[in-house]
Amino acid sequence: MHLEVFSEGSSPIHRLDPRVKIIVFTIFSILCATSTGLKTPFLYLSYSICLILLARVKLRPFLSRLFLANFFILFIWIFIPLFYSGNTHYSIGPLKISKEGVMYALSITLKCNGIIIATIALLSTSTVFSLAHALSHLKVPIKLITIFFLFYRYITVIHLEYLKIKRAVLTRGFIARTNLHTYRTFAYIMAGLLIKSYERAEEIYRAMLCRGFKGYFPLFEHFKIRKSDIIFFIVANSISIYFWI
Amino acid sequence: MHISEGVLSAPTLIAGAVLTFIGIAIGLRNIGNDHIPKVAVLSSAFFVASLIHVPIGPSSAHLVLNGLVGMLLGWAAFPSIFISLLLQAVLFQFGGITTLGVNTFAMAMPAVICHYLFRKMFLRGKNLALLGGFLGGSLSLIIAALFIGIALVETDKSLFAVAGTVLAVHLPIALVEGVITAFVVVYLKKVKPEVLNWKKNSD
Repeated sequence: MHLEVFSEGSSPIHRLDPRVKIIVFTIFSILCATSTGLKTPFLYLSYSICLILLARVKLRPFLSRLFLANFFILFIWIFIPLFYSGNTHYSIGPLKISKEGVMYALSITLKCNGIIIATIALLSTSTVFSLAHALSHLKVPIKLITIFFLFYRYITVIHLEYLKIKRAVLTRGFIARTNLHTYRTFAYIMAGLLIKSYERAEEIYRAMLCRGFKGYFPLFEHFKIRKSDIIFFIVANSISIYFWI
Repeated sequence: MHISEGVLSAPTLIAGAVLTFIGIAIGLRNIGNDHIPKVAVLSSAFFVASLIHVPIGPSSAHLVLNGLVGMLLGWAAFPSIFISLLLQAVLFQFGGITTLGVNTFAMAMPAVICHYLFRKMFLRGKNLALLGGFLGGSLSLIIAALFIGIALVETDKSLFAVAGTVLAVHLPIALVEGVITAFVVVYLKKVKPEVLNWKKNSD
């Protein structure tokens, strides 16, 4: 499973300190999510597009992500213009469409895409492990980070186990349909996965105990903050706050 | 079942974040050092489960199994579901970072409720375990859809129709999740009951 599609690259954004990126992203997303109207969300969206251009991510996976993320938004476009209580209406046959409703849906769309593009530009350009490492510097409980680290590490392993079971099931002529047999089969696959993960976790814990585990992993590599990180930190946050005001 | 970025209002987002923060704090307190790998790797299994698509009539849905997470992990469901949603937000941009609080609470709280309501039934006979699994698996998803609906309506009244649709869509999924959870519980009970009682059996 190749999960970190956007983390490879050598753009200026890729080279930034993940701690800086997390803080910049957090401020950006909170301010963008709480902005109202059309103008401010539009400014944030333009800003995030500038960031993604700086990050030079692969275009095709980027567009497909954006497309998928807009499904929920599509849902909103179907309903809000019809149910929003506003004064002005356009009538199409029996349907009444409120102008404010359309504005509201548009505002949501701008904000949603702004934050998603910023997520890809700022967070997905770091590897998951370096983000976890950065979070440990940002005072996130070490127990949560240790769980996250092992969780992420073993997804690929458990996924391989799943593929193995799936292959075995398919060779026995299983076809998924809407019936009890199908659901029972999926349940047994899931239960099998849980048992395998349970046994794997016991092995991991014994191995960790052998290596003197005391509730956290000591860090081997450390981040170094550079001048460019500080400049980006100041400039990026100023822009986010300026738009909000 | 994720609310995307940019939809919810600030008060709703903050309320969700605070509640999730409390839930994670209780969850982490319940996880001893010896439980860390089990919570982590079981979470990996649930993450893989969310990649499995199950046919429902002409459509299909991916497994959620938040009821099973809750009934197995108890309050540790909060950190478990939180890290799954965090990873999905960072890697696939499903759900979102600002909505992480609301989405985590909406899925993990029903899981914890079902833990207290139905877990005891697992330890009894096969039929009770089957029933408990079904009720826990389906109810947790229905309550989760309700929570999502409340978050939407709290943000804006006009989202009522969206909330209603979310709930309606999740009813058949809840039924299937219930059936699958019930079979998982019975299978585990028969093959490896330690998994249902993972906290007592750590070495």
